[in-house]
Amino acid sequence: MPEDSKAQARLPAAAGVGYKAQHFAAITDNPGTVAWLEIHAENYMGDGGRPLAQLRHLSRGFPLSVHGVGLSIGGESALDPDHLARLAQLVGWLNPAAFSEHLAWSTHGGHFFNDLLPLPYTEATLARVVSHIHQVQDVIRRPMLLENPSSYLAFEDSTWSEPEFLAEIARRTGCGLLLDVNNVFVSAANLGFSPQGYIDAFALDRVGEIHLGGHDEDSDDHGVPLLIDSHGRAVVEPVWALLDYTLARSGARPVLIEWDSDIPGWPVLEAEAARATRALAGIGQSVPA
Amino acid sequence: MTPAERIFAAALLDGSRPVPAGLRDGAGGPAGRRFGVYRNNVAASLTEAMHLAFPVIARLLGKQNMDGLAGLFLRAHPPSSPLMMHYGAAFPDFLSAMEQLSHLAYLPDVARLELALRRSYHAADADPVAPADLAEANPDRLADSRIVFAPAMEIVRSRWPIHDIWRFNTETGAPRPRGVAQDVLITRPQFDPEPQPLPDGGADWIGAMQGGLTVGDALDSAQRRTPGFDPAPTLALLLGGGAVVSLESTG
Amino acid sequence: MSNTARTLTVASAFAAALVASSATNVSAQSKEKCYGVAMAGQNDCAAGPGTTCAGTSSVDYQGNSWKLVDAGTCMEMNLPAMADGTERKGSLEPLKRDLPS
Repeated sequence: MPEDSKAQARLPAAAGVGYKAQHFAAITDNPGTVAWLEIHAENYMGDGGRPLAQLRHLSRGFPLSVHGVGLSIGGESALDPDHLARLAQLVGWLNPAAFSEHLAWSTHGGHFFNDLLPLPYTEATLARVVSHIHQVQDVIRRPMLLENPSSYLAFEDSTWSEPEFLAEIARRTGCGLLLDVNNVFVSAANLGFSPQGYIDAFALDRVGEIHLGGHDEDSDDHGVPLLIDSHGRAVVEPVWALLDYTLARSGARPVLIEWDSDIPGWPVLEAEAARATRALAGIGQSVPA
Repeated sequence: MTPAERIFAAALLDGSRPVPAGLRDGAGGPAGRRFGVYRNNVAASLTEAMHLAFPVIARLLGKQNMDGLAGLFLRAHPPSSPLMMHYGAAFPDFLSAMEQLSHLAYLPDVARLELALRRSYHAADADPVAPADLAEANPDRLADSRIVFAPAMEIVRSRWPIHDIWRFNTETGAPRPRGVAQDVLITRPQFDPEPQPLPDGGADWIGAMQGGLTVGDALDSAQRRTPGFDPAPTLALLLGGGAVVSLESTG
Repeated sequence: MSNTARTLTVASAFAAALVASSATNVSAQSKEKCYGVAMAGQNDCAAGPGTTCAGTSSVDYQGNSWKLVDAGTCMEMNLPAMADGTERKGSLEPLKRDLPS
């Protein structure tokens, strides 16, 4: 564990879930095995009202992870100073156990696309992402975690593999990494690489958090299966297996269940978290394929 | 060759543009409809955002119309910030300009009401003035004082029965809208914005106070437009909704 | 209105409004419950849209044209008759009242 990743020391190596307002009462009544919660930073950048009141309340009972969607760290443009200031304010008052963002861009020319868009992995984009992460870490005064994306296509100009690119960013900035195991599975299926090979190449000692979520199945122009990272259903068996494979190599880490569309009732989400809890408890008890 | 971000961004919102060059599938072939995944993600997420942002407009027009309108709107007015909670500020004027909707001329004001409800929901918290403090205030000085309103208070003025229309589309069993003009006061006593119709003159009075006039001067102003305007019912709505934060004496 | 009358009107409005509103004031103790949404399991619709970090498999047809179809509650509201007496569903004449500019 890198010493500069304080967040890693603070989120428990246990199961968490992406927090949804409709689960507030259920979570406060009976969280089951859910030991921590993650929120989207941008949805708590309003001035007040219920979202911030709930967050204040939840922060007394749970370690919180703040997950940003809107910084556009992988983008060509300079980071938006207003957005950085809002982030600094949120992180300042909430003092979360972790802050994470994506290796992606979402804003161009002043337009926010509400999606995580891909970038090529080159020397130029590496320098840009590194500079942006330095800027974020200066503002929030702590190391952040950077998440691997789910990919639907590749850039012919890329000169780095994704795990190497992420490892180099972590090395140059001191940031930690957020390993989304479902994203690895989705990207591997879509681009035809081995998900286990990706995990093997990943800087697992830098991983401060793991994400899991459900995906949909579609197909491309050639009828080749195309997996869509929808976060709209249960985690599939091969992704649970890939989690076991990962945990066997990384050791215990905070594991988050993301469910962002067709959101189920609390018992369904809690059951997913309970399964992640069992996966964490079972590290080393079986030999993954 | 890697497409410039600007080419990628422009093609996201315009399906008639070609898929940017330099993008590949896993086998090294052209990306083709894989680029469409990003197009879909952007358009579908923003369309869903518009349904969540304007649920009453969506009910009034039905899903199919709202999907189509959202598709036009999101391309003309993509979000300018990642704070999606405030998305759609340009929607009322966009609706006004839609010729096909000219016979539903109340839609822009209903959209303004929905925007105001969201602003109120996310506005800063403020403790309302304590009733005891008001009861102890010198009654002779009240007319010369200025009211500080809660940030969550909003006023939406309309020539249409927008409160009735809002209720009819959000409350089971609510009566059909009447043929009246309705100015709406939104207060947020706790965490849920509450829209209520204002008596005639009420919006003028509150508006004048928001503009910096004292309670008494604002009353004069309101009564010039609405002779005989009685501030008591409007004041009861404000106090009951926790919209009065403090009274500042001007003497 | 004379200053005396104005002072009296305002003072009595405050007195009346205090009585009327005291019944609706919510005590601080109930605030905790309000952190949650009004009804169990209900979506907090007033919050409006949020961000997403997930994709979708639903297809958008990139339409740049749109045609109004008959749907939605605007067809069933039976809003009041037009000023000329004809009834047109979903339509409503603006009311004759000037708004301040």
